[in-house]
Amino acid sequence: MPTYQTSAGESWKHRTSREQWIRWFFWLIGISIIAYAWQMISEKTVWFFVVDAPSQAADIASRMVPPKWSYLNKLWKPVWDTLNIATLGTVIAMVIAAPVAFAAARNTTPNIFVRTLALFIIVSSRSVNSLIWALILVFILGPGVLAGTIAIGLRSVGFCAKLIYESIEEIDRTQVEAIEATGASGPQKMIFGILPQVLPTIAGVAIYRWDINIRESTILGLVGAGGIGLQLNGSLNTLAWTQVSMILLVILFTVFISEWVSAKVRGAII
Amino acid sequence: MMKPKMKSFKMQTKSQDSAYPTVWKKSPFIKNDFLRWLVFLCIALYLAAALGTMDIDLNRIKEGLPRAQRFLDSFFPPNFADNRGVVWEGIAESIWMAIISTVAGIALSIPVGLGAARNLAPAWVYLICRGIIAASRTFPEIILAIFAVKLFGFGPFAGFVALALGTIGFYAKLLAEDIENSSPSQAEAVKATGASWFQWVNYSIQPQVMPRMIGLSVYRLDINFRESAVVGIVGGGGIGATLNTAFSRYEFDTAAAILLIIILIVMVLEYASSFLRKWVQ
Amino acid sequence: MLQLSELKKRYNTGDYALKGVTLDIPKGQVLALIGPSGAGKSTLIRCVNRLVEPTSGSVKLKEIELTRLSSSALRRARRKMGMIFQEYALVERLTVMENVLSGRLGYVGFWRSYLRNFSSSDIQEAYRLLDRVGLKHMADKRADELSGGQRQRVGICRALIQDPDVLLVDEPTASLDPKTSRQIMRLIQELCFERGLTAIINIHDVFLAQMFSQRVVGLELGNVVYDGPPDGLTPEVLTRIYGEEDWSATIKAAEGADDEAEDEEF
Repeated sequence: MPTYQTSAGESWKHRTSREQWIRWFFWLIGISIIAYAWQMISEKTVWFFVVDAPSQAADIASRMVPPKWSYLNKLWKPVWDTLNIATLGTVIAMVIAAPVAFAAARNTTPNIFVRTLALFIIVSSRSVNSLIWALILVFILGPGVLAGTIAIGLRSVGFCAKLIYESIEEIDRTQVEAIEATGASGPQKMIFGILPQVLPTIAGVAIYRWDINIRESTILGLVGAGGIGLQLNGSLNTLAWTQVSMILLVILFTVFISEWVSAKVRGAII
Repeated sequence: MMKPKMKSFKMQTKSQDSAYPTVWKKSPFIKNDFLRWLVFLCIALYLAAALGTMDIDLNRIKEGLPRAQRFLDSFFPPNFADNRGVVWEGIAESIWMAIISTVAGIALSIPVGLGAARNLAPAWVYLICRGIIAASRTFPEIILAIFAVKLFGFGPFAGFVALALGTIGFYAKLLAEDIENSSPSQAEAVKATGASWFQWVNYSIQPQVMPRMIGLSVYRLDINFRESAVVGIVGGGGIGATLNTAFSRYEFDTAAAILLIIILIVMVLEYASSFLRKWVQ
Repeated sequence: MLQLSELKKRYNTGDYALKGVTLDIPKGQVLALIGPSGAGKSTLIRCVNRLVEPTSGSVKLKEIELTRLSSSALRRARRKMGMIFQEYALVERLTVMENVLSGRLGYVGFWRSYLRNFSSSDIQEAYRLLDRVGLKHMADKRADELSGGQRQRVGICRALIQDPDVLLVDEPTASLDPKTSRQIMRLIQELCFERGLTAIINIHDVFLAQMFSQRVVGLELGNVVYDGPPDGLTPEVLTRIYGEEDWSATIKAAEGADDEAEDEEF
């Protein structure tokens, strides 16, 4: 924060003029990128539809009420499937994520090759959305709950492994050192020194991811991978708006319950 | 030099060896035996029931294996050449969509986030803003995209709207939490100077939350890019549309190429966000 | 018993933490290692059980050269060296009993330790040690529920259940209040006497070093600058170790300490 001389004496400015110019320059670049991006998007937009959207929205909204309550009876099974997809998917994810996390953490895996491989698994699993995993798996296994479960599992591996390996890298080293000093072997160091420190994180991550997975598994049906999304897709295609609103209500309710459950369980464990 | 003293702890060891137990068991997490077994039983029953709904059909899996093989083969090598024009167009569209929706989403998030911070906003504003956040968080971006497509027609505009709305639920929530966790003494000190509400926020809250929020905006850009790859499946434009087409035409080598490009861009974004976060702090 | 000769440690940064330390410690001797922070005290005791690899020189325990042991032989050798840590270094999420029994890890196989299936003599010994330090009733508490002094006593049990020949003690009182510090130091001293253990105790409190040891070694910048009895710590010696300061109060306190210590009850 520079001071400078003026005719009136010493004065002060927040930044030097050089800093100020650099800032303007970056703002200029940023705004040009945004303007260009907007240009690209708007080129492909039919503005007539956009202008018409509010009346469309009002129309759809009026068709959606009241929700078709009788449809609820047909939704119990899909909700149960959705729940199973999320839960078993999380179980699969945790079984794979735990060893991957240990392989990715700097302090448990000094071997650079193994670490790179583990980090690659984490990144690929994270970058590919569960819907795309489901798309691939539906093609391989055929439509159904199984494809959805595995899709959720594969998608969650990266997320869980990332959070776990970060917590492994942050453990208290002296506790491990103390175990090492007793003459413990490598695996014993893991069981007594490292695992007790990261176990709470592992449990927390599993619950956190389960909560997210409930949300994600509601939409897998859009590509045929089971769960309530299947009904949603069908109702949307047949323009059965009262069923759509019923399904949305059920999803809302399920997500609400799962958030409540995960908050409770997390409170009990940690 | 001192002689060791044996005052405290008189020799109580040797004579009563048998007094010490020779067995020890770690006490279980759930102390009550009945309750513990009940919990185990419930878990086992649930897993059995859940696995039952999986309708695992071995024949179908056996049929699927060659297809899985074909899909994996198409990664070696992926086909970047055919459909190159379409792929790059899709990628570019996804990138523009991610940028615009992040910028717009954050611009909308800032007022909502300020309003959803308990220590800044009056109760009625707080409730409204929390309501907006909850609504945006409940439904996955893809459902928002379905409705956006119904309203705005096919194309990237629908995807943009869906992602921008999704950004509010994420960004405004974290912003509000960060503001609520900021140091009250700093806020009090600035308020004591007689600053107006905007001056107060600008001088006491903004400097505290800024570094983390910049990091989060890059993170959200990363999420929006990844999501832009799926909103296309329901007609929201971007690389997702291209990917969906590749799948339905069984052009797996192109699909593999697209997946690899997505992974690469996400890696770059992740690296950029960690770099930026370090630089800001 | 324990012989260090010309022990040197050079870190990757190029700095020497130890510049050739030679010590011969007979059986049953309690040796206090004093010196300013960064003098190499911690490095020295970690070089003995090779938690830090020494760069050159030799460490002999009962005529076994430790610096050249293979990793499995090193594990066997570590069983005979109990270590007590500055911040207790208990595994906080395990129970007191598990922490004590973890001292036996060098003796049992992986699966037995995984299933917490320790031999009945180990368990009996663990209870006896806990009783000895007054913590038998805490056996099934989790380590992070204990106070600082209690944690350090568990740390002592963990070291002793190894049935060691040597105790390596790294700043045992650094995070304890003065009263607890004395209790812990006295406990270590008593236990060494009972079991005829050799001990190296790193300690930055000159006064405690004089009170509870038979021999004091002063370390400064990786060199031994004093090696002699506790009452040989004159102001000149302390100045050589720590630098210029008014040491008269420290010396006086140590002279009066004998009587005071008698009155304390554990």
